[in-house]
Amino acid sequence: MRDASPKAGGRATAVRFALMAVPLAFFGLFFAYPVAAIVGRGLKTDEGWQFGRIGEVLARPDIAGVLWFTTWQAFASTVLTLLVALPGAYVFARLEFPGKQLLRALVTVPFVLPTVVVGSAFLALVGRGGLLDELWGVRLDTTVWAILLAHVFFNYAVVVRTVGGLWAQLDPRQEEAARVLGAGRFAAWRRVTLPALGPAVAAASLMVFLFTFTSFGVVQILGGPSYSTLEVEVYRQTAQLLDLPTAAVLTMVQFAAVGLILAVHARTVRRREGALRLVDPAQTAHRPRGRSQRILLGGVLLSVALLIVAPLAVLVERSFDAPGGYGLGFYRALQDAGAGGGTFLVPPLEAIWNSLQYALAATAIALFVGGLAAAALTRRGGSFVRGFDALLMLPLGVSAVTVGFGFLITLDEPPLDLRTSWILVPLAQALVGVPFVVRTMLPVLRAVDGRLREAAAVLGASPLRAWREVDLPLVRRALLIAAGFAFAVSLGEFGATVFIARPDHPTLPVAVARLLGRAGEMNYGQAMALSTILMLVCAVSLLLLERLRPATTSGEF
Amino acid sequence: MTLLRLDGVSVRFGDRAVVDAVDLEVAEHEIVCVLGPSGSGKSTLLRVVAGLQPVSAGRVLLGDADQAAVPVHRRGVGLMFQDHQLFPHRDVGGNVAFGLRMRGASGGSSAARVEELLELVGLPGAGRRAVASLSGGEQQRVALARALAPSPRLLMLDEPLGQLDRGLRERLVVELRSLFSRLGTTVLAVTHDQGEAFALADRVVVMRDGRIAQAGTPLEVWQRPASEFVARFLGFENVVPATVSGGAAATPWGKVPVPAGAPEGERRLLIRPVGVRLEAAGTDGLSCEVASRTFRGTHVALLLRPGAGPVLEAECSLAGAPAVGDRVRVSFTPSEVVVLPDGP
Repeated sequence: MRDASPKAGGRATAVRFALMAVPLAFFGLFFAYPVAAIVGRGLKTDEGWQFGRIGEVLARPDIAGVLWFTTWQAFASTVLTLLVALPGAYVFARLEFPGKQLLRALVTVPFVLPTVVVGSAFLALVGRGGLLDELWGVRLDTTVWAILLAHVFFNYAVVVRTVGGLWAQLDPRQEEAARVLGAGRFAAWRRVTLPALGPAVAAASLMVFLFTFTSFGVVQILGGPSYSTLEVEVYRQTAQLLDLPTAAVLTMVQFAAVGLILAVHARTVRRREGALRLVDPAQTAHRPRGRSQRILLGGVLLSVALLIVAPLAVLVERSFDAPGGYGLGFYRALQDAGAGGGTFLVPPLEAIWNSLQYALAATAIALFVGGLAAAALTRRGGSFVRGFDALLMLPLGVSAVTVGFGFLITLDEPPLDLRTSWILVPLAQALVGVPFVVRTMLPVLRAVDGRLREAAAVLGASPLRAWREVDLPLVRRALLIAAGFAFAVSLGEFGATVFIARPDHPTLPVAVARLLGRAGEMNYGQAMALSTILMLVCAVSLLLLERLRPATTSGEF
Repeated sequence: MTLLRLDGVSVRFGDRAVVDAVDLEVAEHEIVCVLGPSGSGKSTLLRVVAGLQPVSAGRVLLGDADQAAVPVHRRGVGLMFQDHQLFPHRDVGGNVAFGLRMRGASGGSSAARVEELLELVGLPGAGRRAVASLSGGEQQRVALARALAPSPRLLMLDEPLGQLDRGLRERLVVELRSLFSRLGTTVLAVTHDQGEAFALADRVVVMRDGRIAQAGTPLEVWQRPASEFVARFLGFENVVPATVSGGAAATPWGKVPVPAGAPEGERRLLIRPVGVRLEAAGTDGLSCEVASRTFRGTHVALLLRPGAGPVLEAECSLAGAPAVGDRVRVSFTPSEVVVLPDGP
């Protein structure tokens, strides 16, 4: 029911702005300001703004090549991911088979794995001395295929969760109604189910495109010198060539592209929130019937085994493949600061505790900021609210490298001198956690029927009490799931952390990257061992999440 | 004594007045039913009284106290929502106890009260059941128990029986009526079902487009609809323009006798179906062809097509009911003819 009096409308707006204040301040201070500062430093000289540089940089053939590669590999990765993952979405949504819960958690593991780990897992599979190299002498790490396959590996879960989540809840009776009206099996699917899934497929595609367009760790490790995305190029220009103007221009290009993708995404999400008949997923799944469904199930299981299980398995195998035979040699070496040949000031194993502490702090920040943002967005509003919605997604796509470097050059003077503070790392990690919190909480918060709150009020509950008695119990599970995702992505954050983590306080992904960057079997093996530990931490937290998966909501990730 | 008074209450959404200058009084222990088609503003009226809907104009008084500054949770009224709105995360007992807890009742005393109420609504021992496991009728009972638990001074019911099937509805309406009179509850209910309203209420208020079209006892409203709208809403179709003078009315169906003392002039006229009498063949009267015949259990409903004028509804007993296509002659019983008071 709309508010009839302008006074009540004004109050609602005031509440919304109050809820938005903290997220806005957070993003302004820890996102917009550092990014703007980097861009400013790159484009502003003593003679004022040098916008001419934008044209100059974009005209360079090497930069044009980077732009072209970034775009087409993102497009190819998206198409490939859809081809592989859509049958998977169906199987996970509609078929019942033993081990489904475990497998669903397993395919989600890659998504929360640090990109560095994904890169090293594929290196172990298709790289020099990798499994395929040993078996058949096949090496893909110098080709674009390694990147594309790693992207499929990484984004499989996005499609399965976004599309499959909705698919599981579509009322099968809709299709049955079409069948009764004379549509064939395929026609019923095409005319009833596909249109209902369309927006979810579009949303998933855009998310995959966004993630692959801004891919960093995977391309950094698998791309070698020949393939470079915008994000990798930003890192190269910033950290290696110290060419800030070029990095600034590239950051802006990426920003514009990401903004465009997010705008399209916001449109499709809005369409998705249309009136679909949703039912309990438990009612729609059944055991495979007939040959075609069994073949489909088999095919999906095989593709999961080859694309997702194999890289992870090889990674684990390599971590035990110590020089003196299989054993815990690499793991033992992690306890020793000197083992890396002076790579570390502290034993690499300490990175685990650093990572856990940082990730916990980042999760708390992300829950607080994201929770407030989600509460503000729950109340549907005008274009300002939608803009705010899109703004929250930006950190997912804006160069993490830029953010990390921006932190270093902006948060280093009073009143905000955080250079030596441990909070710097969790703040940067929370930036990528917030979008996940908002995306997970929002559908659940919006699904809470306002009249339940009214029923509580009529029965004597004050507004605060009604929130505590009605909203909180209903969203508690979503809150836990959001926390889990925020925790996992914080744990895996690399692009920004690599700049700001102190040398004596490395996080797991930073330690892995540092080990991979050094030659020698010992370093490689330790990287694999650390990656395995990181993967286990992520997998365990995901398995816990899987138990909490709400029955009736379709989160986006 | 008046418990609830609405004083010129209006609710506007933009330019549209959903509730338009409504005056209404509900006395203590009275059961008042607001009757109207969907979109007539009756649910909004309940939301106004509960404080869920701010008013654009007018006053709401409960026990002579203006409620403008009183928030929803302090009004001490009960509201049973149309689709019940039971809390899905609490069991039946948790739902019924909710209002008691909000008023600071201790666990022990509220447990006894919950059991007492579940017994009252015919669900003894259901306290531990999950809300999702309840049938529609059981949900309705739990919603009622939940609304009654804190002993609200005014109980409001929004389409209380709307989602139930017919048999259950007829049984529950009788149960509700005897329950409320036993408890002495003051009730303000809204419904679009006239049968429900007439069976439940001491007084019926018919609403149309946010205004009150008629108020009175069920008998008054049934016998003397205040307008063509009310008459048609109650299900009467025999309404025609008429010129009334000297104890008879000139209508498209010919001359129709009217009750003594009926207002004269250009009017609209209602003839209740029971007032359309079938005459023996050969007598004079309006000649009609039987267009359809519907068996209604206790009687037969006929649709008659006269030579001139609109189709006429009639009722007759099963014995001697004419067949479709038969020609019959009809006359009209003056006591079943109503000259509607709102002019042409």
